[in-house]
Amino acid sequence: MHNGTKIISVDPRRTSTAQWAHRHLPIRVGTDIALANAIAREIIDAGLVNETFIARATAGYEAYRGSLDRYTLAFAEQETGLDAGLIREVAHLYARADRAMICWTLGITEHHNAVDNVLSLINLSLLTGHVGRYGSGLNPLRGQNNVQGGGDMGAIPNRFVGFQDIRDPEVCDKFARAWGVPQKNEYGMTMTQMFEAIEHGDLRSLFVIGENPVQSEADQTKTEQILSSLDHLVVFDIFMTKTAELADVVLPSAAGWCESEGTVTNSERRVQRIRKALEPPGEARDEIAVLCDLARRLGADWGDISAEQVWDEVREMAPAMFGGMSYARLEQEKGLRWPCPDESHPGTMYLHERLWDNPRTGPPVPFNIVEHELPIEQADAEYPFVLTTGRRLADYNTGVQSGGFASPLRRSESVDMHPDDVRRLGFADGDRVRISSRRGSVVAPVRIDPTLQRGLVFMTFHFQDDVSVNLLTIDATDPKAGTAEFKACAVKLEPVEVVVDHELPAHAGIAGD
Amino acid sequence: MIAILPPTAPARMVELEIDGVEVGALEGSTILDACRANAKQIPTLCFLDTLHPVNVCRICVVEVEGSRVLVPSCARKVEPGMKVRTDSERVRHSRKMVLEFLDSSVDLSTTPDVADWKTAYGCDSERYGPPALPAPAAERDHAHAGHHEPPDPDHRATVAQPVKIDNSLYVRAYAKCILCYKCVEACGTDFQNSFAIGVAGRGFAARISTEFAVELPQSACVYCGNCIAVCPTGALMAKPEWDKRSDGTWDESRQTQTDTICPYCGVGCTLTLHVQDNEILKATSPFDQTVTSGNLCIKGRFGWQYVQNRREDEPSA
Amino acid sequence: MDLKLLNADPTTEERAAIDTAIVSLSSVGADGVFAKRHLLLPALEAAQGRVGWISEGAFNYICETLQVPPAEAYGVMTFYALLTAAPRAPRVVHVCEDIACKARGSDALINELKRSAGPPAHYVPAADHVLVGDDDVAWLPSPCLGLCDQAPAAFVQIAGEHPIEELFGDVTIDRLRAAMGGTLSLARAPRRRLPQAGGSSLRLLRRVDVVDPTSLDAYRAAGGYEALRRAFEIGPEAVVRDVTDSKLMGRGGAAFPTGRKWEAVAKQTVRPHYLICNADESEPGTFKDRVIMENDPFALIESMTIAAYATGCEYGYIYLRGEYPLANERLSNAIVRARARGLLGADIMGSGFSFDLEIRKGAGAYICGEETAIFNSIEGFRGEPRNKPPFPVQSGVFRKPTAINNVETLVNVLDIVRFGGPAFAKIGTDASTGTKLFCLSGHVAVPGVYEVPFGATLRDLIDLAGGVPDGRAIRAILLGGAAGVFVGPQDLDMPLTFEGVRASQATLGSGVIMVFDDTVELLPMLQRIAAFFRDESCGQCVPCRVGTVRQEEALARIAAGKRRGGIANEISLLDEIGLAMKDASICGLGQTAYSALESAIHRLGLLGEQTGR
Ligand SMILES: Cc1cc2nc3c(=O)[nH]c(=O)nc-3n(C[C@H](O)[C@H](O)[C@H](O)COP(=O)(O)O)c2cc1C
Ligand code: SF4
Ligand code: SF4
Ligand code: SF4
Ligand code: FES
Ligand code: FES
Repeated sequence: MHNGTKIISVDPRRTSTAQWAHRHLPIRVGTDIALANAIAREIIDAGLVNETFIARATAGYEAYRGSLDRYTLAFAEQETGLDAGLIREVAHLYARADRAMICWTLGITEHHNAVDNVLSLINLSLLTGHVGRYGSGLNPLRGQNNVQGGGDMGAIPNRFVGFQDIRDPEVCDKFARAWGVPQKNEYGMTMTQMFEAIEHGDLRSLFVIGENPVQSEADQTKTEQILSSLDHLVVFDIFMTKTAELADVVLPSAAGWCESEGTVTNSERRVQRIRKALEPPGEARDEIAVLCDLARRLGADWGDISAEQVWDEVREMAPAMFGGMSYARLEQEKGLRWPCPDESHPGTMYLHERLWDNPRTGPPVPFNIVEHELPIEQADAEYPFVLTTGRRLADYNTGVQSGGFASPLRRSESVDMHPDDVRRLGFADGDRVRISSRRGSVVAPVRIDPTLQRGLVFMTFHFQDDVSVNLLTIDATDPKAGTAEFKACAVKLEPVEVVVDHELPAHAGIAGD
Repeated sequence: MIAILPPTAPARMVELEIDGVEVGALEGSTILDACRANAKQIPTLCFLDTLHPVNVCRICVVEVEGSRVLVPSCARKVEPGMKVRTDSERVRHSRKMVLEFLDSSVDLSTTPDVADWKTAYGCDSERYGPPALPAPAAERDHAHAGHHEPPDPDHRATVAQPVKIDNSLYVRAYAKCILCYKCVEACGTDFQNSFAIGVAGRGFAARISTEFAVELPQSACVYCGNCIAVCPTGALMAKPEWDKRSDGTWDESRQTQTDTICPYCGVGCTLTLHVQDNEILKATSPFDQTVTSGNLCIKGRFGWQYVQNRREDEPSA
Repeated sequence: MDLKLLNADPTTEERAAIDTAIVSLSSVGADGVFAKRHLLLPALEAAQGRVGWISEGAFNYICETLQVPPAEAYGVMTFYALLTAAPRAPRVVHVCEDIACKARGSDALINELKRSAGPPAHYVPAADHVLVGDDDVAWLPSPCLGLCDQAPAAFVQIAGEHPIEELFGDVTIDRLRAAMGGTLSLARAPRRRLPQAGGSSLRLLRRVDVVDPTSLDAYRAAGGYEALRRAFEIGPEAVVRDVTDSKLMGRGGAAFPTGRKWEAVAKQTVRPHYLICNADESEPGTFKDRVIMENDPFALIESMTIAAYATGCEYGYIYLRGEYPLANERLSNAIVRARARGLLGADIMGSGFSFDLEIRKGAGAYICGEETAIFNSIEGFRGEPRNKPPFPVQSGVFRKPTAINNVETLVNVLDIVRFGGPAFAKIGTDASTGTKLFCLSGHVAVPGVYEVPFGATLRDLIDLAGGVPDGRAIRAILLGGAAGVFVGPQDLDMPLTFEGVRASQATLGSGVIMVFDDTVELLPMLQRIAAFFRDESCGQCVPCRVGTVRQEEALARIAAGKRRGGIANEISLLDEIGLAMKDASICGLGQTAYSALESAIHRLGLLGEQTGR
C-alpha cells in the first residue's frame, strides 16, 4: 500500500483485496451488524470516541450506547466467527486513525436487512467523527456508471430529481407547475413492491427500460411467472434479453453511453458527459427520442428535445444540487461533483462538512439503533452450505455486455468450494455437481478455492444462460430498500450421477468461439 | 500514482535561468516542467506526467552549469539560480546519439514524433551498418546475463524478434520496445499493482518479460491494458489496432475520437472511443482526467465489443 | 499482496536450503515493503547453491515465502550472471577471460575448454530448458575474478547441501582439468605470499601474512581494537573531525572526501542510518580489497564499527562480491567471533553503543559495485543505479541515510583514529594523504598488491613489482581499471596522486596498474574491455545499453578489416558514441565505458598504428 495506508478487508472470501489488505476479517456471511456493533462497543469502552463531534453533531448517542450492551467482543466472536482480538485491533485502528473511510458494495446491501447494515456503519463514522472531512466518510461503491445518477434524477419511488420529497406539498406543487400536470403526492413502488402488485393483480402493464429482471432477480422461475401474467409488457433495451423475450413489444435502444448524448453520475457524485461516438445499429434509437415519441402518441407533444435541454431542466428544477453544472462547464472541467448550486461554485469534493461547523448548522445526525439478525436462511442438516453470489473482474452482471468480448480471464460458471469441503463430499476439482436450494437446482462444475471458508460456496451470476444461479437465490428482501438477499441462501450439493452433456453447454464467450 | 490531493499550502517559487532567460518555477517542479511552462520544446520518451520518472531514455537531457554530465530534465528538480541550457552543442549531440541508438536497434515506425526529431537532430542510423536478421522467437527471452555472442562485423545488432500474440486482447511486439519502463510502472506500483511484467535480463539483452517468459494468460495479467496506454512506441497494441495495421486498413484520417463514460461501474472512467467507419477500434482514457489518470480495467478497455456485436444481432420491434 | 504463482513445487532439498538462508539473515531495520523483499537475492542464491540452478518450483517457493511478485523476482534473478533459470550441471567452472588473464594466456585455456568440453553454459537454445554439455560439469567464461596477480584465474562452484566455492589462480590446463573433474586439491596452485609481507613501512597491509586472520586474539595482540577503544574515548564528533582532518579520500574510485560524507550522514535526523561496506570489487584488475578481507578481516569489522559509531549507524552490510568465497568465510568467522566477544551487537565494549552487521553476497554483476545499485541489490530489486540526487547520505539503502565506503577507505580509519587525523594527513602529499594500495598485474615480475605512501611514481611501483620480466619494453599500462585510462612508457614518471594523475588526464580509479609488454596485441584487449562493458551494462539507460554495443561493433569492424568509410570515420564514430555515453549515461559505468578505449586510441595512437596510419 502506498504512503502507509492500511486496508482492512471484511469479506467472507479471501479476495484479491483481502490479500492486499493489512488485515482480513473472514466474516460469516450476514453477521455485519454483530461486527459493527461490537467495534462500536469496543471503541466506546476503550475511550476512543470523538466526544466533541458526538456532542456537536449527533443525536441519540446515549440510547445507542445503551443498545450495544450485548455486543461484547465475545458475542461478536461467536456470531461472526472472527477472532475477538482481531475485532478489537480493527476497532482501535479505525478509531485512532487520523482519517478513515468505510467503503462497501453489495456484501452490505444484498441482504434482507440492508438498510440496517448501512446504518450500523454510519454509526461507526459518527462515533469517531470520520465523516465530513477530506479522506474520511462513507462510500458505497456503485456497480454501474449511473446508479448514483439514477437516484439523483428521481428514478426512485419517493423522490423527484435532486432528492426532493414527493410527499412535500411545496415540492409537489413546484413540479406540477413546471410540468403543467398535477402530481400525486404519494410514493411510488419499489421493484419488489411492483412484483407483488403484479402478483395481486394490481399492476397490469410494465415498461422496462434497460433491465433484465428475469436473470438479475432472485428466484428466476417466480420472476418469469410474474412477468408472464401481465397484460402488457414493453421492454426497451439494447439487447434481446430473457426479459425482452417475454415482452409484447420490444423497443431497440441505442447504447446510451456511446450512441447518445447525456450525463451520468459516478460514485463520487461526479456528473460527467456521455457522448455519441457512433450511430446506433438498425432500428435502435436514442432513448430521449423514443420517449418523446411515446409521449407524443400518448398525447403530450414535447417536440424534439436534446439531452442538453433535459439537463437544463434538471438544473432548473434542482438548482441546489445541479444549478451550476452547465454542459459547457462539464466539458471544460471534466465533470463536476454535486452539490454545485451556481456557475461560480467549484463543486463539492466531500459531503457533510457542515457537521464540523461550530456551532452546528442544521439538524444533528441521529445514531440509529440496529440489531444483529442472521440471514433468513441458515445452513441446516438438509441444506448444509451457505451459497453467496458475486462477480468476477472481467465479467459483468448477467453477462449480456461482458459476454461480448473474448476475455482471456473468463472461466465458465463453477461452484467454488474450500478444498476440505470438496474432499469431505468426495468431489474432485471439475466434477459436475448439483446445487440445490429450497427453490431450485442447477448443475455446475466444482472448483477448489482455498480463499473460501469451510461451509461457504460461491457462484457468480454472469453465466445465467448456462447456469441459472438465481434459480437458487432467495427472494427475501429488505422492507426498507427492496434489496434482495443475494448474499446468502442455504444449499446442498450432490454428485450428478450421469452427466448429460447438454446440461452444461460450453460457455459461449470463450476466446475464439 | 493517481493523485487526488487535499488542498495544501501554495508552493514557493524558484528563480532559474533557461537559455539565458530568467524564469520562475514552482519549487519541487522539474526542469522539464519549467521548460514547458516557458514554451521550450524538449523531446521525451520515457516520461509521462502520471508515472514516476525513471529517466532512462536520456532524450530529454539538458546542460546544467556546474554539472559534470548532462541531466535528465524530466527528473531533475529546479534549484534556485540554476543555469540550464536546453539546446547546446553537447545537448544536441547526446540527443542525436540517443535517437540513433534507438532508431538503429528498435523499430520506431509507430513511435510518434521520431521522424521529426531525427531530422531536427541530423540522425543517420545507417552508419552502424545494415541490421542483423531478427532473433528467432524466444531467443531474446532466454539470454543469460553477462554473456553475449561476439559482434558480427557486417551487421548492427537490433532487438528485432517475432511479435508475441498469446491472447485475444492485445499483442506485444518487443521489436518496437525501447525499454522505457512505462509498462512496468503502469502494471506495478504506479497503477495496476498486478506486477505481471517486469524488466528481465541485463544490458542489451534486457527485456520486458513475465516470469520465465510465460505467456500472458499464465501470468498475473488482468488485461487492464494500462500498459498499452502508456507505451510510447506501439510495442504494446490492442488486437484490433494491430490487425487493422497489419492488413493496412488502419486509417487515422478516417477516425474520430469521442470522450464518453464507461458503462461498467460507478468509478466513472472516461473512455475515448476511437471510431473508424462507425466501428469502435479501441478505447483509451485521457491521462489528465483525475478520476483514474487514464487508467481503465479490462471491461472499460476491451468490453465495448458488445456494442459492435449488436450490429449483427440486434433486437427489432 | 495478491500473487499469481507458477504451477510448480520445490523439492524438499530446495525448500530446506531456502528456509535456512532466510532464517540465517537477521533482517534488522527493514520494514514495510522491504520487510521480506530484501531476502530475495540470498534466497535465490541458496536455491542455486543447492542444485546449481533455480527451478520453477524453488522460484515459486521463494516468491510465495517472501511475497514478491514472480515477474519482479524473475527480473532480479535474470539480472545476475551467477544465477540461472535454465537447468545446469551442479559443478560449474568459470574461467577468467579478462585482460590481465588474457595477457597471461587465458585464451588458450578457453580454447581448450571449447574443444574438450563444448560450448559454454550460457548458450541455451531458444526457450528450451536443456542441460548443456556434460550433465555433471559446465563451464563459463568470466569477467575479471579479482585474482589478476595470479592470472590466469578460475572460479569453481559445486552445488549441494554444503555448496563449495573456490577461487583458483595460476591455472594451467592440467589444473583446469582437475577442477572440471572435481578434484579440487589438484587444481590448487601453491599459495603466494604478499610481496611486501611484514614490511615495516606497511600500514594497511601490516598484518597480512603476519597475523592469523582467523583469530580475534591474534588480531588484538597485534593492536586490534585499540582504534575502536580510542573512538569511544573521543566520541563520534571527534572521530568525524579526525577523518575530515586526515583528508582521507574514498578509495573505491570516485575519490570523494570521506569526512564530508560521514559528517553528512551523522547529521541526518531520519533514523535508522545504515553503513555499507562496498566490497563488490569487480573493476577488472582490482584485487586489493580481497587481500585485506581474506587476510585481515577483523580490521574491516573494527573499522566499520568505528564508522558506524561516528555516523550514528544502527546496522551495517558488507556487500561482498559473489566470487570471493574465502573472503566470505574469513569475514563470517570474524563477525561471529567479534559478536561472541561483545565487539558487535548491543553495548559494544560497554560503551552503550550498539551496532551489528551482516554480509550480503553479490551474484555476478559489476554494476552492483556502484553505490546506488548496491542499495537496490540489497533491497531485493534489480541492481540498477538510481538517479542522483537524492544522494546516499540522505536516501540510501531502504531509502534511509546511508554511509557507503570502500573496504580500503574504511581500513584507513584505524590509523586515523589511533594517531589522529593531522598525523595521517602528513603522510603522502598535501592533497593525497596516507598510503595507497596498488594492484599490479600483467607483465611485472611479481604481481600483487603493493602499499606505498602517496607520491610514488608509476615507475616506482613497477620497479617495486620487479619490473617487466625479461627486460621487455612496456607497450601500455592500464591505470585505474577498465574504467580507467591507458598510459604509455612516456608517462612512467607520473606521480600516482589524485592531483598527479588528474594533471595528466588519467585516473587512479581503484588502484589498478596493469602492465602490457611489447608482445601484447592491444586491439583484442580493447575488444575485451568493450565486451566487458556491454556485458555489465545494467541496460537501464539508452546511451550505455546501446552505446556499449555500437562501440564493440565498431571495434569488431576495425579488427575484421571491415571498416565503414575508413579508420578515421570509425574513430570519429567511436568518439561520438563515447561522448554521448559519457555525457548522457545515468551512472559511472556508461560514463567511463569509452575511457580506456579513448586513451588507447588518442593517447597511445593505437588504431593509427594498427592501420599503418
Ligand atoms: C560501475 C561502478 C562500479 C563500482 N564498483 C565499485 C566497487 O566494486 N567497489 C567500490 O568500493 N566502489 C565501486 N564503485 C564506486 C562506488 O560507486 C562508490 O563511489 C564507492 O563505493 C564509495 O566509497 P569510497 O568513497 O570509500 O570510495 C563503483 C562505481 C561504479 C560506477
Ligand atoms: S494489461 Fe494490465 S495487468 Fe496486464 S500486463 Fe498490462 S498493465 Fe499489467
Ligand atoms: S513495451 Fe512499450 S512501454 Fe513497455 S518498455 Fe517497451 S516501449 Fe516502453
Ligand atoms: S550507465 Fe549503464 S550501467 Fe549505468 S545506469 Fe546506465 S545502463 Fe546502467
Ligand atoms: S524523458 Fe527524461 S530520461 Fe526519458
Ligand atoms: S582475474 Fe582475470 S583479469 Fe582479473
